Amino acid sequence: MAHPTGRAARPQEAAPTAPPRAPRGPRLRRGATPWLFLAAPLLLLIVFTYAPVANMVAYSFTDWDGVSPELNYTGAGNYAELLTRPALFEVFFVSGYYLAASVLQIALALYFATVLSFNVRFRNFFKGVLFFPYLINGVAIGFVFLHFFQDGGTLDSVLRLLGVHTDRPWLGTPVSANVSLAGVSVWRYLGLNFVLFLGAIQSVPGELYEAAELDGANRRQQFRHIIAPGIRPVLSLSVILSVSGSLSAFEVPFIMTGGATGTETFVIQTVKLAFQFNKTGLASASAVVLLLIILAVTWVQRRLVPDDRVDLV
Amino acid sequence: MNRSTKLAGTLLAAALLAAGCTGSGGTSKGADAKAPTDPGKVSGGITVLTHRTDLVQDGTMKKYAAEFNRTYPDVDVEFDALTDYEGEVKIRMNTENYGDVLMIPAVVRKSDYPRFFASLGTRAERARKYHFTDFTEVGGKVYGQSPMGAVPGFVYNKRIWKEAGITEWPTTPAEFLDALRAIRSGTDAIPYYTNFKDMWPLTSWTYVNGSVGCDTGATTALAEGDPWAEGADLRVGDTLLYDIVRDGLAEKDPTTTNWEASKPKLAKGDIATMWLGSWAVTQFRAAAEQAGADPADVGFMPFPAQPGGTFCATMSPDYNQAVNVHSDHKDAARAWIDWFTEKSGYAADNLTLSPVKGAPLPEVLEPYEDAGVKFIELDDAQGAAVKEIDNQSEVGIYKPDYRQDLVDLARGARKGGLDDFLGDLGGRWTEARKSAGS
Repeated sequence: MAHPTGRAARPQEAAPTAPPRAPRGPRLRRGATPWLFLAAPLLLLIVFTYAPVANMVAYSFTDWDGVSPELNYTGAGNYAELLTRPALFEVFFVSGYYLAASVLQIALALYFATVLSFNVRFRNFFKGVLFFPYLINGVAIGFVFLHFFQDGGTLDSVLRLLGVHTDRPWLGTPVSANVSLAGVSVWRYLGLNFVLFLGAIQSVPGELYEAAELDGANRRQQFRHIIAPGIRPVLSLSVILSVSGSLSAFEVPFIMTGGATGTETFVIQTVKLAFQFNKTGLASASAVVLLLIILAVTWVQRRLVPDDRVDLV
Repeated sequence: MNRSTKLAGTLLAAALLAAGCTGSGGTSKGADAKAPTDPGKVSGGITVLTHRTDLVQDGTMKKYAAEFNRTYPDVDVEFDALTDYEGEVKIRMNTENYGDVLMIPAVVRKSDYPRFFASLGTRAERARKYHFTDFTEVGGKVYGQSPMGAVPGFVYNKRIWKEAGITEWPTTPAEFLDALRAIRSGTDAIPYYTNFKDMWPLTSWTYVNGSVGCDTGATTALAEGDPWAEGADLRVGDTLLYDIVRDGLAEKDPTTTNWEASKPKLAKGDIATMWLGSWAVTQFRAAAEQAGADPADVGFMPFPAQPGGTFCATMSPDYNQAVNVHSDHKDAARAWIDWFTEKSGYAADNLTLSPVKGAPLPEVLEPYEDAGVKFIELDDAQGAAVKEIDNQSEVGIYKPDYRQDLVDLARGARKGGLDDFLGDLGGRWTEARKSAGS
């Protein structure tokens, strides 16, 4: 699964022109240099990503409770239990809210990125405003929005200023709570999508716009024929990120509601299995299943919408 | 492409190698931490892991240590305060390095105690002197000792209850509901506050178990029966909570509650009642002082049930202190636990019950003595089995989730009826009980 941007960014296969042969010592050193540079990130990657993942896969075949020195190999027992308990997958309905929200999020991000890619007053200021939420820690966002949605909190006060008296518990019913939480997630991740789109739009050579303008194309036509095809790889990346993000939504709902009132997502459920009911083995298995589901969804999506190279010039 | 496949292969191999080192050693088992006979001869440095970050920060623990050093001058006590106590200690217990003295985390299975902790003595010997010995007993030996005990009950604002015209403690759930209704109509206070958002306060409702029926075998009953059968303790408690919320006697929006903010609110009389435990009273009094309210307004009352004509209060331990089985200074660690349990005054400072038998009641519970409330200690022989069933069934009586669902059900944010809801819990419990028993 090649990273879509990775492929676009890679320079055309530069034909390796053989450098003049250096003596053995320096040659060896030269060969080792890239690895030395890579050593630190690779080490971190192995220690903090691959080793724990391998560990998790190993735990998923055991009945470990998370602390006892005793753990028994149970084969595929955890997976069998997962697949025979459909209730465990019902929480994916909650992901639907986040998926719907991410459609809105991408549309908004695309709109703002397009508008701000043209010469607008206070352009950089608005860029900052849109990107800023993404820089805030997810836990802090959770707490901020808890006050925001509180009875008589920020949202209620603002609405009252506008003359609307709602008097409703925003996190009080499953639908309202999930919509509120999905809204927070839009607010938070809009900036990331926005920056990705903006980068892609700005990487379109400026001559194209000039030429289009000379030919009398208006903004809408410019978007339709230059921007839209130019950002397709990034758009496809954003969609993949949103789908996997919706399936594995965690921080914001966990901090704000803890999964109460029908806001439990698959990851919250997994965390609860592992740390409340001490079923670390089963929880590891469900984490592995989530990984497989996301891989499968991505694969299907790439088959449906192949990422063909766009050539603007 | 080729090179990256190879690289991926190497990475995977390395990762699998790391996975091979999973699990932990720790086979030393069954060590004893004997009480030292001569305080002057005990020496060494010990580290105490504690969840009381507040007491470490404000220097109270240091004062206890200084006091301890008067008897044991050569022991150097260090404290390691952990905010996420359960989570962090659980991970540290995969190594041998989890302090010399620690509170036994709830996650550790009772049968694993001998692997992790040194024994403090036999049950027969310790039960003569201390309460709560069977909570940490494995095979006749005791592995931990709680430095204080608490009884569950309602923390309430006396002034508000009086303003509403209620001077006697309600004796049945129905009377209790009437009292809350009187508070709703007669005062501005929120009659009951669930602390729904902070979750853990809801788990205290499990400790109605034993208080309702005044039965020392209540824990065993959980392990052997359906906790939500008609008339069972948990059903009575959960039904009361359900009725409180359904009748609109709780806060308007439970989903955005705030525990820290709730303390001064109760002290000032904005909130009338909360179901917690006697351990909470000192915190509410402190909050009252800070908020400029009268600490004496904070009262404490038992569950509204009088089996056999008296109220009943079940004494239960706090975290049990234990000695790390891998500790190099077990005698010093043991000396600390004994001293902290008996001589530190920790229980009295926190207005809680002393774990030493025959010690006087704290001042908070004096009204209990006057009202003739019966104190009982639950038999915990089946405590481990109950936890096992609880985890197996994923009901979580010691976890907040099902009570959050119950509150949602009561306020109409979740579909269904109470009987079906409790019946489903009972069904899952019974099923897990059968599979755990086999």
